[in-house]
Amino acid sequence: MAEYNWPEASKRSLIGKRISRLDGPEKVSGKAKYTYDLKRPGMLYGKMVRCPHAHAKVSSIDTSAAEKMPGVKAVKIIQDPGSEIQWAGDGVVVVAATEEHLAEDAARAVKVTYEVLPHLVREEDLSKAGDRAKPAAEKVAGDPTKAFSEAEVVSEGTYSIAVITHCCLESHGQITEWEGDKLNVFPSTQAVTGIGGEFVKALGIPATNVRVRMNHVGGGFGSKFNADRWGIEGARLAKLAGQPVKIMLERDAELMVAGGRPSSFAKIKMGAKKDGTITAWESNSWGTGGPGGAGMPPLPYVWQIPNQRMNHTGVATNIGPARAWRAPNHPQACFLTMSAIEDLAAALKMDPLEICLKNISLLGPRASLYQEELLKGAEIIEWKRKWHLRGDTTAGHIKRGLGLSMHTWGGAPHNSECRVTINPDGSVSAELASQDLGTGTRTVIAIVAAETLGLPIEAIKVNIGDSAYPPSGGSGGSTTVGGVSSSTRRAAADALDEIFKVVAPALNADPANLEAAGSKIQVKGDASKSMTWQQACSRLGVKPIRANGKQPDPAKGSLASSGVAGIQMAEVTVDTETGIVKIEKLVSVQDMGLIIDAKTAESQIYGALIMGVCYALYEEKIMDQATGRMLNPNMEFYKLAGIGDIGTLVVHLMTGQEQDARGVIGLGEPPVVSPGAAISNAVANAIGVRVPSLPITPDRVLTAMEKKGGLT
Amino acid sequence: MRAFEYASPTTKEQAVALLNNQWGETEVLAGGMDLLSLMKDDVTRPGRVINIKEIKELHGLQYSPSTGLRIGALVTLQELLENETVRKEYPSLAQAAEGVTSPQIRDLGTVGGDLCQRPRCWYFRGGFGLLAQDSSGKSLVLEGENKYHAILGNSGPAYFVNPSSLAPALIALGAKIRLFGPKGARDVAAGQFFVTPKTNQEREYALKTNEIVTELLVPPTGGARNATYEVRQKEALDWPLAAAAVSLKMSGKNVTSARIVLGHVAPVPWPVPDAEKFLAGKTVSEQVAQDTGGAAVTGAKRLSQNGYKVQLARVAVKRAILRAAEGGA
Ligand SMILES: Cc1cc2nc3c(=O)[nH]c(=O)nc-3n(C[C@H](O)[C@H](O)[C@H](O)COP(=O)(O)OP(=O)(O)OC[C@H]3O[C@@H](n4cnc5c(N)ncnc54)[C@H](O)[C@@H]3O)c2cc1C
Repeated sequence: MAEYNWPEASKRSLIGKRISRLDGPEKVSGKAKYTYDLKRPGMLYGKMVRCPHAHAKVSSIDTSAAEKMPGVKAVKIIQDPGSEIQWAGDGVVVVAATEEHLAEDAARAVKVTYEVLPHLVREEDLSKAGDRAKPAAEKVAGDPTKAFSEAEVVSEGTYSIAVITHCCLESHGQITEWEGDKLNVFPSTQAVTGIGGEFVKALGIPATNVRVRMNHVGGGFGSKFNADRWGIEGARLAKLAGQPVKIMLERDAELMVAGGRPSSFAKIKMGAKKDGTITAWESNSWGTGGPGGAGMPPLPYVWQIPNQRMNHTGVATNIGPARAWRAPNHPQACFLTMSAIEDLAAALKMDPLEICLKNISLLGPRASLYQEELLKGAEIIEWKRKWHLRGDTTAGHIKRGLGLSMHTWGGAPHNSECRVTINPDGSVSAELASQDLGTGTRTVIAIVAAETLGLPIEAIKVNIGDSAYPPSGGSGGSTTVGGVSSSTRRAAADALDEIFKVVAPALNADPANLEAAGSKIQVKGDASKSMTWQQACSRLGVKPIRANGKQPDPAKGSLASSGVAGIQMAEVTVDTETGIVKIEKLVSVQDMGLIIDAKTAESQIYGALIMGVCYALYEEKIMDQATGRMLNPNMEFYKLAGIGDIGTLVVHLMTGQEQDARGVIGLGEPPVVSPGAAISNAVANAIGVRVPSLPITPDRVLTAMEKKGGLT
Repeated sequence: MRAFEYASPTTKEQAVALLNNQWGETEVLAGGMDLLSLMKDDVTRPGRVINIKEIKELHGLQYSPSTGLRIGALVTLQELLENETVRKEYPSLAQAAEGVTSPQIRDLGTVGGDLCQRPRCWYFRGGFGLLAQDSSGKSLVLEGENKYHAILGNSGPAYFVNPSSLAPALIALGAKIRLFGPKGARDVAAGQFFVTPKTNQEREYALKTNEIVTELLVPPTGGARNATYEVRQKEALDWPLAAAAVSLKMSGKNVTSARIVLGHVAPVPWPVPDAEKFLAGKTVSEQVAQDTGGAAVTGAKRLSQNGYKVQLARVAVKRAILRAAEGGA
């Protein structure tokens, strides 16, 4: 039987090494084609007529003028009179024309009248939310009342983290194209396999009639799983026009309607003993993610505090829909919890690192791993030397501070099927209807197949991004690396088994006694009895070997699992005269089970840290209550960090037997969880007072310092 | 963007003849760094766009110690900041140009365009008019999201801030702006060029609808030390939250007279004569610079969310003074 388990560390030639992503050169040279770049023969451009009101009912629609405009091929009402609109920017009518600007002109010529309804787009003041506030049932564990009455120290704080968007550099959208009754979809998606089903359902066509293709995606971060209204209506419009239609969201629409990360506000109380032992937690939280309100983030985060009481209220607002944002709910929960713990440490005049180590047993099954990571991080950032009690007392207006945070994530493998083909000419392909979000999925597949077959990585042709290949899960929840590496490993191992059978007689050996290494097939332990990969494959005659691997496949063991631990530490400086925060250094110590490609793993963490700096210091979906509109749907005032803003990033990957034993675990999301908390804690440590909200903008820093009692 | 007619005249006479007497119906195109976004966002809808880049005499930059610096309206921000004379004699201008922190924008954006660019007020850019009012004429800014709005000159109806980073430095240096219209050329002091509009139909500068900016004339500094300091949250691609430009005539460490102009805090660049008087006759020190900053913002009026800008304006003045006093010239 084939060997499915991962090779042990000493036998790995590719797995765990630092390997550059295969599509890197194509991307940096501009050759890589994203959906946004594609053009199909006869393609039209679709544009939406968008509702300017945050909450309204469509009264009337007149498309007659638009239909007569030059170049217009189809006009379609997508929300009839009577429809209730829940956010500004939602599409009401869609038009298709031969040129993009003609489609825009036509969209402007559509006359829609609305009955404007009352809206709510600001949730910070819960008392103004009225019946849009929907409290959830109280959650209690242990005896919080008793625990607080017995606590030697109680610390309280109010914290908040803003609604932000995904800000994908490639906006949402797709081309939809009919070939008779068959539909070709070219979307910008995180789910090449999954998205087709939505077209099947909405359009009532057989599943075999939809084909989805995508080579590269310019960011998704959790917001690109669905066909979306623009996808389904794009397909209908293409049918109506008899020509392919491309709809890509404009930057402002992208920021307004393509999803947001819910906000979180919380009043938090923590109880502890004088020695820093944490005993009690109480939180009253609220937040919004749009019309659906928002569920409670997983509070208290990571720490299994024995006595807890939690109340949460979701607020339904007209800000646009929520969508999963890289590690949904974790950054919020982490920021709220780790800020409260750091404030408790400050109240106790204790080092938060000491508090964490003291309470390490509250961290559950991976407590000792967290401990190891905290000590590693402390060593890298020189915590012992640099940490000081809250408030940098050195002279001058530039204050320095350190902060820390910790996080977890699941990252279990998704379902995946891979087909490995070994051709008589020696070439090898691996095919999956998966997608590479830019995380390095292509590279990971190639590494696993090459390692298994004893070939160099260049020998593997990876085919993904086409629903004609075997189905593979959507890339969400950090599930891809576990899914595709498991299915690819099994497919490649089975294929190898087949080729062993073919060549065994020639090597005068039992197939079970063969191994593949260094582009050769040889008798285990006897390299003199071998043949090259080419020679072996030429023995296939005209028949290629095809093998399918699956995840899950319990009969073939387990190659992946879930549950990671990570810690991050931040060093910042704050200009106390201007309230401007600069990142000096961010350290990430991350566990992720067995690492397939150390380089792309590091890249994921660098990217997550940068994204973390963005939401810690800059990003916010700024909604205007009077107009109900987003005021910064552009890249000028929806601020993101630039290269000069991110400081020095240090990544340390945890490796070793403990990681190997757990198999592959997803990594995309966990490292983006902690930066907000670590940076906020570092700012508090620097200036001596908590800036209670993210992003930490100059106005908030100066306000917090003023409350503390003036500027230094 | 809506369809428009495009003209590319080669003389300034042709250019002004193509302009008409209604703001917005015709627009001048220089680097396009602002005009294109205004058109794409449907804030400006010109029927005719007049590209002035083919007019040779609007290019170029000349300096003579006796008459000073002449900057053609089409000189790019990058050309300005790379010019050795500018860096040496007028560092406040180079520093302001450097503050436009995108090489791409600096390579295309022109000094004329920088002065004539429209406010970045997000209500204006979102289609709620220059004065950002609701349908009943009530200001959206006062009870709305005003953290980037004016703290000075904000008695209404305009609450936006003037976006030009060059303007405070030009005013502090005593520059003139030369305009050209059907009746020929006229010069306006840089401080008089910017005006606070009272209606949505007016513009924020003293150009007539059929005039263009042709050049900037900056007198010799007479040894005055000048500097710009901008407070920006991000290192790049970010607007200043407050800025100050200063020009100091000094005798040793003593300031004999000062020009101090704030930027990004009022609907027009904001000279602060009280602060200038306060500084005159004093020896520059950290404390004096700080107190001058205090004097600069005595007239400030906080809106609901922009109080922090008072502090930032104060710091900008302090740091601009210290930078000027340190620097040569
Ligand atoms: C992200 C970002 C950050 C920025 N940061 C800053 C900053 O910090 N400070 C700053 O000052 N600027 C900043 N800018 C603005 C940029 O500097 C200006 O947009 C640019 O200088 C405009 O010059 P232009 O030649 O491209 O003007 P255009 O876009 O061509 O024109 C702008 C306006 O001026 C008019 N105009 C242009 N030239 C003339 C003329 N000669 N006579 C009459 N009217 C004319 C046009 O009709 C138009 O209304 C920033 C821009 C962006 C996008």
